[in-house]
Amino acid sequence: MSDKHAKHKPKYTLERQIPGAFEGETITRRRFMTGTAHGAGAIAASAFLLPALGFAIGPIFKSVPEHWEVVGTVGDFPDNNYIPVVLTLAPGIGEAGKTTVYVRKFNPELDTDPYDKNTPYIAISSRCAHVGCPVRWVDASLRFICPCHGGVYDLLGRRVGGPPVRPLDRFYTRVSGENVEVGPRFSVNSQLRHFSPRLPGEPLDGIGQYLYPSTPGQKI
Amino acid sequence: MPKLPAPPVPAPLKAPPPRPGKGNGASGPLDHAASAGITVVDWVDERTSLSGAARWMLFRKVPKGTNWFYALGSATMFAFLNQAVTGVFLAMYYRPDASGGAYESIRYVTNNVFLGQFVRGMHKWGSSVMVVLVFLHMGRTFFFGAYKYPRELNWVIGVVLLILTMAMSFTGYLLPFDQRAYWATQVGVNINGTGPLLGPYLSNFLLGGSEFGATTLSRFYAIHMLLLPGLIAALIGAHLYLVAKLGTTAPPWKKADKPQALRETEV
Repeated sequence: MSDKHAKHKPKYTLERQIPGAFEGETITRRRFMTGTAHGAGAIAASAFLLPALGFAIGPIFKSVPEHWEVVGTVGDFPDNNYIPVVLTLAPGIGEAGKTTVYVRKFNPELDTDPYDKNTPYIAISSRCAHVGCPVRWVDASLRFICPCHGGVYDLLGRRVGGPPVRPLDRFYTRVSGENVEVGPRFSVNSQLRHFSPRLPGEPLDGIGQYLYPSTPGQKI
Repeated sequence: MPKLPAPPVPAPLKAPPPRPGKGNGASGPLDHAASAGITVVDWVDERTSLSGAARWMLFRKVPKGTNWFYALGSATMFAFLNQAVTGVFLAMYYRPDASGGAYESIRYVTNNVFLGQFVRGMHKWGSSVMVVLVFLHMGRTFFFGAYKYPRELNWVIGVVLLILTMAMSFTGYLLPFDQRAYWATQVGVNINGTGPLLGPYLSNFLLGGSEFGATTLSRFYAIHMLLLPGLIAALIGAHLYLVAKLGTTAPPWKKADKPQALRETEV
């Protein structure tokens, strides 16, 4: 009672008038036993909880190996129109692991942004930057159009209408012999500056690039 | 013969005592069966004291004006039980295989299994029924003011149950693995990703990586049928305990009866 809340408790249990106290004892056996039992329980619980938790959230931190895929030969792609090609993002799960990418040859008159200087081909992801529906290239209007919520993008993949928060993502390209290869995905902001790949719906202009960090699995 | 303490049954429902001269207690086969049942129940009760808990839970005083709106919570619970039972039997056929096996197993349940289409329909439509009932129950609680002291914690548990129900609907939507399931999950995961700072990590947790991959479906399946049902069942238990502990509220239009003496002094 008054002992419990006293500012200066005597160091030894004997001095605190605890029944059955031993000489030189600083903690009661009851208190020690309670602490030990709780500690043992906590250790036992974390022995299965921590590995299970790590197992569940581990994939977040796993980096994906760089993957290049041949999509055609150099003659297949004009420089003023897009050709759809199918890319495998996740192998082993059939159609669900594939995505459509629109590819055209680099056109110095169109692609005047300094960031695009060294790409031989422009490969634009069909994943809408709003919430990830598949956009299609409409040749007649020179627009990418999303069927879900009406996102519209121009020839360079920049948003011209609807809810998307950034331009369409792109893929790195390279020429190997006669073959055109498409590699990792990257995201661009409205100035077409390159960023590590983000998920749809995550803006990259202004503060957006800090509010929506690229996760370790997506770093390139 | 051992006897259970009599529950507070209304007088008209009580069995009349045997007429004098008709024998005392066990005589016919029906009486023997009844006494056997009582013996079994009593054997369990002597070792568990469960009858007290059952009567505490079931034979409660309810306020005046209790009406059908008060059945919405039970209705929600029965919707959940329906989901649990049909879900267990659907799991006997379902294969969480993203390379086509999942869709094929659902197609098989729907087209080939006896009553498969019906049981799958019960699960599919039952999920919508449960969401609707959760909201109606929430509305009842809100408009009757039943969330106020001392029932705030039950409101909080109810909100968690609402969120878990939505998570159930979201994870279950992917499992048929048709076009709608795939694209709805893409959209749903990306909407989760629009939360600042933690959003991208949440999305990657749900996908089991940075892209929709081989483990996404099995991850959703495990969350849908192992993680969330256990949490929901445990929280329903806590929710019901608090209902029994705190009692229900009278509807807001019911005023407490005042003693006659107080009524006379009122101006």
